[in-house]
Amino acid sequence: MKPAPFRYADPRSVGEVLEVLAAEEGAKVLAGGQSLLPLLSMRLAAPAVLVDLNRVPGLDAVEVDGEGVRVGALVRHAGLLGDHDAARVQPLLARATANVAHPAIRNRGTTVGSIAHADPAGEMTSVLALTGGSVTVASPSGERAVGWRDLFVGPLETSLPGAAVVTSAFFPALPPRSGTAFAEVARRKGDYAVCGAGVVVTLDEDRRVAAVRASYMSVGLVPEVHDLTESVAGSPVEKADWAAAGALARTLVEPDGDLHASADYRRLLVGVLTERTLADAAAEAAAKVTGE
Amino acid sequence: MTTKLFGEPVRRREDARLITGRGRYLDDIGTGALAAAFVRSPHAHARITDIDVDAALDVEGLVAVYTYEDLTGPLAEPLPVLIPHPQLHAPRTGYPLANGEVNHVGEPVVMVVATDRYVAEDAAERIVVSYEELPAVVGVDAARAAGSCVHEEIPDNVAARHHQETGDVEPALAAAPHRLSFTQYVERSACMPLEGKGVHARWDADDHSLRVHTSTQASTSVRAAIAAKLQLSLDEVEVIAPDVGGGFGVKIVHPWPEELLVPMAAIALGREVKWTEDRREHFISSAHERQQRQEIGVGFDDDGRITALDVHIWHDNGAYTPYGIIVPIVTATQLVGPYVIPVYRVVVESVYTNTVIVTPYRGAGRPQGCFAMERTMDRIADVLGLDRAVVRERNLIQPAQFPYDHHLTFQDGRPVIYDSGDYPGLLAKLKALVGWDGVDALRDDAEARGKLLGVGMAMYVEGTGPGPYEGGHVQVLGSGKVLVATGLTTQGQGHETSFAQIVASELGVPIEDVEVTTGDTRRFPYAVGTFASRAAVMSGNAIALAARGVREKALRIAADVLEADPGDLEIDHGVVQVRGTPGASIPLRTVAVLSNPLRYAFDEAAKQATQFAVQASNDKPPVTPGDAPGLEHRDYYSPIRSTFASGAHAAIVEIDPATWEIDVVNYAVVHDCGNVVNPMIVEGQVHGGVAQGVGGALYERMAYDADGQLQNASFMDFLMPYASEVPDIVIDHQQTPSPLNPLGIKGAGEAGVIPGSAALASAIEDAVGRRITSMPISPTELYDLVRSPDAERTAASARRTGVRA
Repeated sequence: MKPAPFRYADPRSVGEVLEVLAAEEGAKVLAGGQSLLPLLSMRLAAPAVLVDLNRVPGLDAVEVDGEGVRVGALVRHAGLLGDHDAARVQPLLARATANVAHPAIRNRGTTVGSIAHADPAGEMTSVLALTGGSVTVASPSGERAVGWRDLFVGPLETSLPGAAVVTSAFFPALPPRSGTAFAEVARRKGDYAVCGAGVVVTLDEDRRVAAVRASYMSVGLVPEVHDLTESVAGSPVEKADWAAAGALARTLVEPDGDLHASADYRRLLVGVLTERTLADAAAEAAAKVTGE
Repeated sequence: MTTKLFGEPVRRREDARLITGRGRYLDDIGTGALAAAFVRSPHAHARITDIDVDAALDVEGLVAVYTYEDLTGPLAEPLPVLIPHPQLHAPRTGYPLANGEVNHVGEPVVMVVATDRYVAEDAAERIVVSYEELPAVVGVDAARAAGSCVHEEIPDNVAARHHQETGDVEPALAAAPHRLSFTQYVERSACMPLEGKGVHARWDADDHSLRVHTSTQASTSVRAAIAAKLQLSLDEVEVIAPDVGGGFGVKIVHPWPEELLVPMAAIALGREVKWTEDRREHFISSAHERQQRQEIGVGFDDDGRITALDVHIWHDNGAYTPYGIIVPIVTATQLVGPYVIPVYRVVVESVYTNTVIVTPYRGAGRPQGCFAMERTMDRIADVLGLDRAVVRERNLIQPAQFPYDHHLTFQDGRPVIYDSGDYPGLLAKLKALVGWDGVDALRDDAEARGKLLGVGMAMYVEGTGPGPYEGGHVQVLGSGKVLVATGLTTQGQGHETSFAQIVASELGVPIEDVEVTTGDTRRFPYAVGTFASRAAVMSGNAIALAARGVREKALRIAADVLEADPGDLEIDHGVVQVRGTPGASIPLRTVAVLSNPLRYAFDEAAKQATQFAVQASNDKPPVTPGDAPGLEHRDYYSPIRSTFASGAHAAIVEIDPATWEIDVVNYAVVHDCGNVVNPMIVEGQVHGGVAQGVGGALYERMAYDADGQLQNASFMDFLMPYASEVPDIVIDHQQTPSPLNPLGIKGAGEAGVIPGSAALASAIEDAVGRRITSMPISPTELYDLVRSPDAERTAASARRTGVRA
């Protein structure tokens, strides 16, 4: 379990990063290394060059304003987890990062790296989708924003061309009168979830359910957002039938089975976690409306 | 004897070193050594048609490549069957490097030696081995069906048919008022020590000697194996087990192919060579354990007393049988547990599969035996509508029945005669500890919170400390330091502490003065090894006897000096004194100097000793015939048979009926390992064992697919429990000393793991009211079980529902 030979570049600017990526066939970007290095050690990946982002200045900031939270490519999960401003504007960020693996991994692993890795079991890919977020991609032709729907192509696969690097991810702010919740069922604490759910519930000014959205982990090949509004639309928040929303969610997902969970079991969990997280998220939203 | 440390919770002296990075593990040795890596079979069953190494030859830093063709003499023969047995009628072992055929994924085919491990793996990757695939036999049922075979000349896949019986079981079953028969399964798991295996070898051509470090549980036997296989004289080989990061059984197997091939290369190349097993290698080329199919028939009376037990087990032994049929024998003989079984018949068929070999993993067949017996108890209780504890109580061997002869033959070839125990005492303590009689209130409380609560229990008896022997050497130096050596090895059990406690207590010296060395053939060449919960029993007693020998000699010398009777002397805090006569004393270190008539005054100790020197008689030689210079003694302990420890576990689980997650909310242990050397170390052993028991019950399995590919050969997918998955454990103690050994102790190393699957299966079954016939069980499997129309509803569950309806 030793990596195959590779060359190593440690550029000092995004421009230099792109130069290496453009010049080298099979170059791979290294940030936190928590997913990439095990793949190298097992020789499941053998890039010719590793392009280390860690010495590129300016990529380690969490920027928060009323529009949302922009997370730089070198921000570690632990940094985002501890950022109270970010949590205030988009509470799903802290709620999800708390479920990312264990402290040692959160201290090194980056939020943007896990998004660029595009693992459908990852928390942050799912949260990017649920919040309607996007990433900023730098390439030789310039910088552009790529929305989450256009980013994720398949398991561990994005639409980004070879000479491109994700420099930040943007998570829009939580809308008004909204609450969130996030929950996972994992075989062991800190493992990739057998199934995880993040939800957003938005109420109208009369405390009736206006919108319900959910996104799941380890369910499907790419992150998806499911609109569950129709099952509970217009219900007063205290009387909303969250079980109906869970039942609807079960019909919308197409989970696969693996060593740790059958497809049926994942579908069961989608229903249960949907119902439970929606109740929590709705209570949070209701408290905000009451407080207005 | 006031320096009494035996029985005290002395803090482990080795931990500061081990947990602050100052341990010296295999991979810390030989930083400049060449590195070995292996090309291993990617197929479960195949013939090798060609090995093409040409592409590897260009890799810069490659030093050597070895295949079977390069092995000579005894090395080219199959690896030894360590423990032959007449009932192992078709033993098979592999070769150090595959000889034309591979029988499991991971079997070594080519060894590459290079300047470092990276280069070695680069070269290994370029070697092309061509195979002709053969049908793979995976799993105990496939082996039993024998649709295809692992070894061509063994068409039924049966390696051994182990059979014991204590009476005529068929008429006894026929005459029983009640009968049950059922089939159940236990899945594979593995030891998974934090440190894998590893070997470092250095050949000294001038001295014509070989020094091998290996992460083993049996350094003396590895030494003998290397000498035999490499055709060296025993005195030319020394083997040392450095700090070893866990064993749990897998490192008792020897010689592993690498333990022969690395020294072979070191000699051939005249360079230090090292191999450090990586985790992937450990998964696919070390050893696993536990898979069995158990067919059980039992007869019992109206009170739930067993009248006859008939067990037929199919045991998956993997591709080869280097460790004989120890695990099947242990299952067969330890299955009976703490119970009176009037007529017992057991047949264990040990079958080949195209998977990693099966050798002892902590518990070594006992968890499966316990699972068979304890689940039988649960079924009897269920059928008769009796409390599970009551059924067990009625079947227990009573304290007045010891020594209790089961009329079975144990793994050491000796009779299974329980030396001592108090099983009703264990059960009473367990019921109190877990609150057995108050569980219905807990069940109601959990139900109010939306949870299903269940409780289960399991009892066991564990034969520990089998022979044939271990030895100990104790030597007092002129500095006052007390050197202790024993040949068996240490993998983290705390021997540096517990053995030092024994010597400090026996000899009357401060524990700080005692230094313990284990597993170094330079210090103690005769040993058996660390397995079967035997270190404290065997080496503990041997060391105690050696310390007593030193004490006797010290008192004899001191008596001369102090002009007293040895019987009036005592040793306390390292000083020999006349009891009740202050001032009439001599330090033990001075006695050590006096014990050697050659006293060059190199140091203060020697100078001081001269003032005590008794005028030598001109009529006697300086060393009396039969005596020896030096204050040291070597002794051996060889037991007549094993000693039998015992215990009882109970678990309370809460299950979420929406997600089927299983939460172990209470885990209670009552254990009895006789006199306890260090209760803190024993509790640590219990904790570690319970962690592995919980792992085996709820998390771990070897997920082989039908082609014999291990699907979860990494710690991402093989789910060892984290600390967060191990429940809090409450422990109560019972001490029933063994009458068989001087210290009255029994083994404690494996106990914690044995009843885990049985107790947890019982608890889960109690919670969900569906029969659990296979372990481990995960939430997804539990979900399948509860909604399966074929799942058997327990009678207890039906009764409970009936009462509430």
